[in-house]
Amino acid sequence: MSKVPADLKYTKSHEWVRALADGTVEVGITDHAQHALGDLVFVEVPEAGRAVKAGEPCAVVESVKAASDVYAPLAGEVTGGNGRLGGEPQVVNSDPYGEGWLMRLKPVAGALSGAALLTAAEYQRVLEAEGG
Amino acid sequence: MGRRTALFKLHQELGARMVDFGGWDMPVQYSSQIGEHHAVRRAAGVFDVSHMCIVDLKGAKVRALLEQLLANDVTKLKTPGGALYSCMLNERGGVIDDLIVYYLAESSFRAVVNASTRDKDLLWIRRHAAPLGVEVAERTDLAMLAIQGPEARAKAAQLLEGPGAAAALALGAFTARGLDGWFVARTGYTGEDGFEMMMPAADAVPAWRRLNSLGVASCGLGARDTLRLEAGMNLYGNDMDETTHPFESGLAWTVALEPRERAFIGREALGAIVRAGLARQLVGLVLEGRGVLRSHQRVLLPGGGEGEITSGTFSPTLERSIALARLPAGGVDAVQVDIRGKLLAARVVKPPFVRFGKSLIG
Repeated sequence: MSKVPADLKYTKSHEWVRALADGTVEVGITDHAQHALGDLVFVEVPEAGRAVKAGEPCAVVESVKAASDVYAPLAGEVTGGNGRLGGEPQVVNSDPYGEGWLMRLKPVAGALSGAALLTAAEYQRVLEAEGG
Repeated sequence: MGRRTALFKLHQELGARMVDFGGWDMPVQYSSQIGEHHAVRRAAGVFDVSHMCIVDLKGAKVRALLEQLLANDVTKLKTPGGALYSCMLNERGGVIDDLIVYYLAESSFRAVVNASTRDKDLLWIRRHAAPLGVEVAERTDLAMLAIQGPEARAKAAQLLEGPGAAAALALGAFTARGLDGWFVARTGYTGEDGFEMMMPAADAVPAWRRLNSLGVASCGLGARDTLRLEAGMNLYGNDMDETTHPFESGLAWTVALEPRERAFIGREALGAIVRAGLARQLVGLVLEGRGVLRSHQRVLLPGGGEGEITSGTFSPTLERSIALARLPAGGVDAVQVDIRGKLLAARVVKPPFVRFGKSLIG
């Protein structure tokens, strides 16, 4: 069974969002997503300063099998990517909600409250509907 | 729901992730694809390859049939137990499938063809077998396990025990023999030593469990793909198909143009292709930096001209990305690959990339 921490928000495309104290958000892929992808061998994160729209592909995670886009869960400006993943992409597999975060965003005004993000319970139902 | 092998329930019990492969529900990985890959390079792994299609060919004119159907020359097989890798071509020289044929007895051969091409292969073989009176029987009653890795033969000997073990250990590379209702071949698709074993379906689960208990890792088709690509072995449908011929697929070594009087299907077309000069070649690529080469990515040559990656992956042994690519003919040392709009440098090499656990890439 995939882990779905209660204190995070989620998207249907299997990203998670953590609100940080400084008003930015941290974004990663869920435990379900890392498990479905398998061993990650390459991660490409966006550069600081890039403006992204909600739903825009902004990072790539590649397992041995395939490449997958990661979508911005909300509109904002990238404040930084997780540089550690360049040399250690497998951290996304071992710690998807912690050390394996992908990027930090400064949401545009109102984006966090306005974005159609899912609660943990809602995301759990998405997984159940997918048979996961 | 796809077709299931005799091992389907065991795969589920072992926690495999199942995927559709050529119409079959097959295990792509159990725990870690990279871990399974390393198990085969460093120790031993077992694969369920029962989806592959085993076809027995029997009749006085079976050699005549194979001389006609195969681009490689079956007369190279002089001793029962010999195995031969070959393409089966259409009249245009395109590859219908690649296969291994085993010489069992003078009027009896066994072919193993790909699962994804089963239907068309059987139609094609039967069409040419009928006028020669050769009987074509698909052996759906058999399961097939591949046991591969530096420790594979020792583990297989423990599985077989007694006289069977001695007989299996005595097999030379690319030879096979029957053993108490099983058929054991020293062949594989990983670039490591090992066996492919065909057995009655009921024997497959106990054999697999015994191998696990001997420390042989359960391995899925994901690891099988990275292993075969490191070994520079083609995958039908990716690296060659009916629109490509063996000479542009790295398979010239499997085409026997001598003796000239052997009239195999596709021979005339191949002759014309060679006379006209080869337009394309299949090469190996090693990505210089980070990223992963994938099939269908565009390859740009320094002097202009383009090719395409036919199979690409991350190589767990080399810890960098490798690929097979079809390029315009001619010498080329370095290319660029278009990965999501970025042009990344790759080196051109001659496959294989890895053999018997060792990197062949300088």
